[in-house]
Amino acid sequence: MHRFANPARFMRVSAPIVPWLAAMTAAFLLVGLVLGFRAPPDYQQGDTVRIMFIHVPAAWMAMATYSVVAAASAAALIWRHPLAEIAAQEAAPLGAAFTAVCLVSGSLWGAPTWGTWWVWDARLTSVLVLFFLYLGYIALSHAFDDPTRGSRAASVLALVGWINIPIIKFSVDWWNSLHQPASVLRLGGSTIDASILVPLLIMAVAFTLLFVLLLLLRMRAALLERKIRALQMVEAEATASSYALAGR
Amino acid sequence: MDALSDFLAMGGYAAYIWPAYAAAFLILGFFTVNAVMRYRAAQRSLARLQADRT
Amino acid sequence: MPFWAIVRRDLRLAFRQGGDGAMAVMFFVLAAILFPFGIGPEPELLARSAAGIIWVTALLATLLALDRMFLGDWEDGTLELIRLSPLPLELAVLAKCLSHWLVAGVPVLLATPIVALLLRLDPASLPRLMLGMAIGTPVLSLLGSVGAALTLGARRGGVLVSLLVLPLEIPVLIFGVGAADAAITQEAGAAHLYILGALLAGALPLCPLAAAAALRQALE
Repeated sequence: MHRFANPARFMRVSAPIVPWLAAMTAAFLLVGLVLGFRAPPDYQQGDTVRIMFIHVPAAWMAMATYSVVAAASAAALIWRHPLAEIAAQEAAPLGAAFTAVCLVSGSLWGAPTWGTWWVWDARLTSVLVLFFLYLGYIALSHAFDDPTRGSRAASVLALVGWINIPIIKFSVDWWNSLHQPASVLRLGGSTIDASILVPLLIMAVAFTLLFVLLLLLRMRAALLERKIRALQMVEAEATASSYALAGR
Repeated sequence: MDALSDFLAMGGYAAYIWPAYAAAFLILGFFTVNAVMRYRAAQRSLARLQADRT
Repeated sequence: MPFWAIVRRDLRLAFRQGGDGAMAVMFFVLAAILFPFGIGPEPELLARSAAGIIWVTALLATLLALDRMFLGDWEDGTLELIRLSPLPLELAVLAKCLSHWLVAGVPVLLATPIVALLLRLDPASLPRLMLGMAIGTPVLSLLGSVGAALTLGARRGGVLVSLLVLPLEIPVLIFGVGAADAAITQEAGAAHLYILGALLAGALPLCPLAAAAALRQALE
């Protein structure tokens, strides 16, 4: 564990990975989109099923990212792992982004298929709550003058939220089943056809690669920024003490 | 050109499909550009600071 | 026992200032009676919405007293003393939750029948609504303590607490309203109450743990 805790080592290891990741991400996105748009339209939903190639991977990433934030927060709190704290902080906005994509694309998918722009369906509602959990995390981590205090508090919040997510999901499912007539959204018939499944999985991989790429870039930037702040502090102290010595 | 306009029309659902893709592209694109710009800016600042010290 | 000392002190302070508990219940009643003005006085609509309106305004009202849960003590050094005392910090948090519930939650609970009358809630639903709120409002205090502890010393802590705590309180809201729903049979209503009980049972050990961890960070 402590082998990976060294920021310098992280910078060295991640440097060559980034361009490779970028290329892979672009490749998967391209292939996924091409296959997605070449797939035949669904017999029920027509071409709108193509929104699924954006909506479903975004939903998966929205949820997976929260697990990343929670796991990193746990590592930060339990082991004081320095990289973990940075990983959690940098991953959260990405999670919020995927959540937003999921909500917007879900709404646009619902409009022609369900006939309305917003439906309090269990999944969309849970994602909306998840969006606010992300926003709360981000707000809390920036709410203190001392950034360390902010990220520590946010770590606790992430774990509290992580425990709550299954409870929230369960209660929203329950609530939704009480208030909605049983409407089942069938994805292209009784089973997902390969022509839909393959692009979907490729896009899921593409989104995952994109997440890792962006996370690495953001973490690298964050580490550089910390170094910059540290250097600036050293300089400020040196200047202050030289003024003191000069008796000004 | 017919095939292209058919493609763009997306069976009549163009008003929903293209904005969805646009939103995804814009949101994720923003974060991508932001990540790259932030990293490059940090690199430049660090290089400047280290050059000043030497 | 320091536990009850904390509760007694908070109650004494609350009664002396008269502020928090009275404000919470006044907000509760006022916000609830805004709804007929907003959605119209038609009895059937109000009756159907009553349980939901009551629960939502109760959530918001108990939020009001939250940032005062630890803030005063943190600012004047009492929190430091509490941390240094032999009482485990988690138990101190529990004591704070109890006093918050007594000062904000219980008055709201007691005011509920009046508000239910004003909103024309079906009288048959009232017992289950009250029972649900009796079980649920402590959960609101417990969840609120986590939010209050996390935002100690934060900029704009008051609004931030709401943003943090409200999503977490949604399950309580869902099952509280579900319990009161007149259309549900007794058995199904009871099921909602059991789930609320489970939420309380879960929150009782877990929330003080999280809040104490957050307090330790604040006191560092």
